[in-house]
Amino acid sequence: MRTKDLSYWLFLAPVLLALTLVVIVPMLLGVYYSFTTWNGINTGEFVGFQNYIDLFHDQRFLDSLWFTTKFSVVSVILINVIGLSLALLVTGRVRSSKLLRTTFFMPNLIGGLILGFIWQFIFIKVFASVGEIIGMESLQGWLSTTDTGFWGLVILMSWQMAGYIMVIYIAYLEGMPKELLEASEIDGASSYQRFRFVIFPLVAPAFTVSMFLTLSNTFKLYDQNLSLTGGGPYNSTEMVAMEIFKTAFMQNAFAYAQAKAVIFFIIVAIIALVQVYLNKRKEVEM
Amino acid sequence: MKKKWNIKLEVLGLLLAILWLAPFYLMFVNSFKSKKEIFMDTISPPENWSFDNYIKAFEELDFMQTLFNSLLITVISVVLIIIFSAMAAYALSRAKSKLSTVLFFTFVAAMLIPFQSVMIPLVTVFGKFDMLNRGGLIFMYIGFGASLSIFLYHGALNNIPRSLDEAATIDGANRWQVFWHIIFPILKPITVTVAILNIIWIWNDYLLPSLVINTPGSETIPLKMFFFFGEYTKQWHLALAGLTLAIVPVIVFYFFAQREIIKGVSDGAVK
Repeated sequence: MRTKDLSYWLFLAPVLLALTLVVIVPMLLGVYYSFTTWNGINTGEFVGFQNYIDLFHDQRFLDSLWFTTKFSVVSVILINVIGLSLALLVTGRVRSSKLLRTTFFMPNLIGGLILGFIWQFIFIKVFASVGEIIGMESLQGWLSTTDTGFWGLVILMSWQMAGYIMVIYIAYLEGMPKELLEASEIDGASSYQRFRFVIFPLVAPAFTVSMFLTLSNTFKLYDQNLSLTGGGPYNSTEMVAMEIFKTAFMQNAFAYAQAKAVIFFIIVAIIALVQVYLNKRKEVEM
Repeated sequence: MKKKWNIKLEVLGLLLAILWLAPFYLMFVNSFKSKKEIFMDTISPPENWSFDNYIKAFEELDFMQTLFNSLLITVISVVLIIIFSAMAAYALSRAKSKLSTVLFFTFVAAMLIPFQSVMIPLVTVFGKFDMLNRGGLIFMYIGFGASLSIFLYHGALNNIPRSLDEAATIDGANRWQVFWHIIFPILKPITVTVAILNIIWIWNDYLLPSLVINTPGSETIPLKMFFFFGEYTKQWHLALAGLTLAIVPVIVFYFFAQREIIKGVSDGAVK
């Protein structure tokens, strides 16, 4: 097949058309609109960087950005620690390995919206009744403060994603040469030493992959945020994705929301590019 | 060397599994209780297993119709994503040139764009052309799903020797026949991965359908769930029955295809 053949273009046509109309055209239009006073119907006038200047003074947007960053950092660490621990557990000397893998992975199949509702019930109702039984005041009123909302989201996300990250670590752990582990065992290495000097360096590439996945997932989080806290109380648990949505479709500030969306894209792209860079550097070392 | 059995690890694993399943247990047992019973006790199993909540939730959710809508959209989208992405990846892998490289990188780069960055223009443009409906939604899924699918197919296709194509061409097959009769069947393992990743995503997607589907009666499960919750925020017994209903199809799917699902997800993530 050559690129000037008709068949080449016929094979490519459907996805080219879909990608162009769904991703490329909206992306270019979006960048253009972010410099105007677009209201969804009329393009309005060209205002240069005004929308961008405004959003740097927009406390609600900056708060959501800060909240998202905090949430992502804490979640990425927790998810990776739990995910790697689960992976080590199920690849260890246990007979129920298959059952455990199936169980830990399960939350990932269910949509974030539904999971958020389930946990809303647990945080509000179950926590309250458990708190009453064991006499712990602090279990009352979960999700009604910024802190409990934050930790609620972290718990939900860690529970959901740890199993996914576990699967990635398993792939690397099982690809690890068995002789290395056995040799280190014969040489009398303790479990800690085996982990620190044999296992850890070998699963390090998995860490770059899983960190990228967790970071981009937590940074773009929307469904779980919507169904668990809805951004409340007083928008204090609102993440960037939700803030952009509300600016556009509830305040009808389309051009302004689009400027936020462009900034959002730039942040996500930087995260991804730094990731690729780190990955490449690691590959050279190996 | 045979693995020694570690009982402490085994117990720890099982305890963690119970902890992991606790949210589902709590959802399930409380979905059978009355409003009053949930208020009294959220931990114990219900006094009597009454299906009243389920009957009410089933009706309120218009469950059969909603399930059908989700199935329809997911199946059509995933089948089209598979067909079109495999074809595109085949063209890109067999016609090696600068153009193919540029196109391939364009597809892959599109993965970096977060949905929120294109969401607002996408909805307004499609709205102008009267495409905010199920057909439009499926078309959008093809556009958003193509990147990862082409990426996965492309990797697999590069490992299939071109001599196979050539042999079939000499036997008189045209491009279309070579692809569908010789190449596509070999791609089956990667097709399973592509299918699973797209099924999980599309089945559970909430934001895109919420923007595109406005007609009552054509809502998918997550969409209907959201409206259902707005009305029943204080009626947890009905809400929990609804959530359980929504999860059942996923659990059935997981039960039958767990090996392929876990393998598909790990292949998709590691590549």
